[in-house]
Amino acid sequence: MRLFLHQLRAEQLIFWRSREAAVFVFVFPILLFLLLSAIYSGEDDGEPVVNVLLAGLLGYGVANTTFGGLAILLVLRRENGILKRLRSTPLPPLTYLAAAVASIVAVFALQTGVLVALAVLVFDADAPAHASALLLVLLLGAASFAALGFAAASLIRTGEGVSPAVNVVVLPMAFLSGGFGPARDLPAILAGVAEALPLKHFVVLVKAAALAGEPPWTHPAAVLVVALWGGAGALVAARRFRWQPRDEG
Amino acid sequence: MSAVAVEGLRKSYGALEALRGVDFTIAPGEVFGLLGPNGAGKTTTVEILEGYRRRDGGRVEVLGFDPERAGRAFRERIGVVLQSSQLWPYLTVRETLRIFAGYYARPRDLGEVIDLVGLGDKRDARVKTLSGGQKRRLDLAVALVGDPDLLFLDEPTTGFDPAARRAAWDVLRGLRSLGKTILLTTHYLDEAHNLADRVGVLVRGRIVRLGRPAELVAASATVEIRYRADGRDVAVRTDDPTRTLHELTGRALAEGTQLEELEVRRATLEDVYLQLVGEEDGEPAP
Ligand SMILES: Nc1ncnc2c1ncn2[C@@H]1O[C@H](COP(=O)(O)OP(=O)(O)OP(=O)(O)O)[C@@H](O)[C@H]1O
Ligand SMILES: [Mg+2]
Repeated sequence: MRLFLHQLRAEQLIFWRSREAAVFVFVFPILLFLLLSAIYSGEDDGEPVVNVLLAGLLGYGVANTTFGGLAILLVLRRENGILKRLRSTPLPPLTYLAAAVASIVAVFALQTGVLVALAVLVFDADAPAHASALLLVLLLGAASFAALGFAAASLIRTGEGVSPAVNVVVLPMAFLSGGFGPARDLPAILAGVAEALPLKHFVVLVKAAALAGEPPWTHPAAVLVVALWGGAGALVAARRFRWQPRDEG
Repeated sequence: MSAVAVEGLRKSYGALEALRGVDFTIAPGEVFGLLGPNGAGKTTTVEILEGYRRRDGGRVEVLGFDPERAGRAFRERIGVVLQSSQLWPYLTVRETLRIFAGYYARPRDLGEVIDLVGLGDKRDARVKTLSGGQKRRLDLAVALVGDPDLLFLDEPTTGFDPAARRAAWDVLRGLRSLGKTILLTTHYLDEAHNLADRVGVLVRGRIVRLGRPAELVAASATVEIRYRADGRDVAVRTDDPTRTLHELTGRALAEGTQLEELEVRRATLEDVYLQLVGEEDGEPAP
């Protein structure tokens, strides 16, 4: 536990020191929320648009931060040999990985706090209807997308490739899943793609908790899809995650 | 008991046999230098001992552990400088070392380690602003911060200026006097000669020579005599320098000429090394 806290503090220091990471991972979803809320106003389907945008951007945030941010950080550290170097110290591997996840989840939690506060205070959004349900949904999403982040880090081979690869996945997925506003009239194929991906279901759960005040278990199918993706990610990561730049086994 | 014992160590990468039966031991408190040309298998050997790579055959014991299966207790006692690796670019020297120190049960004092590697005036500098040699010194500091019993240093002084290299030698001698065991690879033969109690020369996955640097040099008794005659450089190699020199100077005196720029030089570890490597590569010695 002492080591976990030590490493968590270290991870936080490293994250906030690296301006690019902090801006891209932490600020970007907030910036997009501000932009979109400034552009769109009125109601969507009887719901103030800002409420819908908030739910969507929380979705984009979880994907961008706990999935993308984690994958980028892990690949860069693997490729420049920091992970390898850490492996020669008494820091247990699982403690390191747990601290890395906890650190990125902490970043996501802060981001969520800022998004909700901005939405409510500046754009007159409604405060989340069911706060503890929302928290539960956010935790489920963070865990699942972090597992997928590990899987992506295991599959991406180079430090140069990781940022583009992550965004090629995250941005289209966010559009299709209603991350940047309603995505209702999609062509059948795209709607099918969105249906198969976890982010749409996560956004559904966020909306349910924040707008309708419904706890996640009232949407078991959505919970199942998010959890299954997370499980699959964990499985891939457990088999393929490496600590060293090249295969030196 | 030896600190490191290696017997019949083998390792292949696909069809490439990188290690073909390597044997050596390192006694506690000894500084052992592993020499050899690029691609000889030095890093492969060291990283098997550190527990990074799996061996295909042979016996390996490090501080009584099998590194392939060793865990935290083993890692408490080793310090590692990898041949190449980076650290967090935006942290300072001190912050970096504080993070690593936190991993160990009994770390050394940070200020002391920073001074030891000569980064005192850079303690609050970001890692990315350090020069290549300064980064390498930080690598060494990171390896020292856990106060290890056994240090693995894979080309630790590459990129050091001559003064920094000598300073690093002093650091390593200091560690040796504290009873630490050190396995060091290097391409600097003077470094091996100055630091190592014993050296092993690794060529194409085999140890071809093992011994004290002075022994290796003495075993090849060759002396080189150089001078200029008729505007040309002449070099004579001999196992009987007294006689050869007498003949050369005698002839010059008789002819009333000079042996300009006369120089008599004992073989260095470098000469011995180059000869060994040349022989093993199937080429005639230079
Ligand atoms: N991960 C790997 N995959 C495939 N081949 C490898 C790998 N690592 C090393 N080799 C090969 O094994 C041989 C020994 O490499 P090694 O890195 O151990 O040499 P070295 O003595 O440390 O060389 P140098 O002085 O250049 O650092 C080389 O031919 C190298 O190409
Ligand atoms: Mg090497």
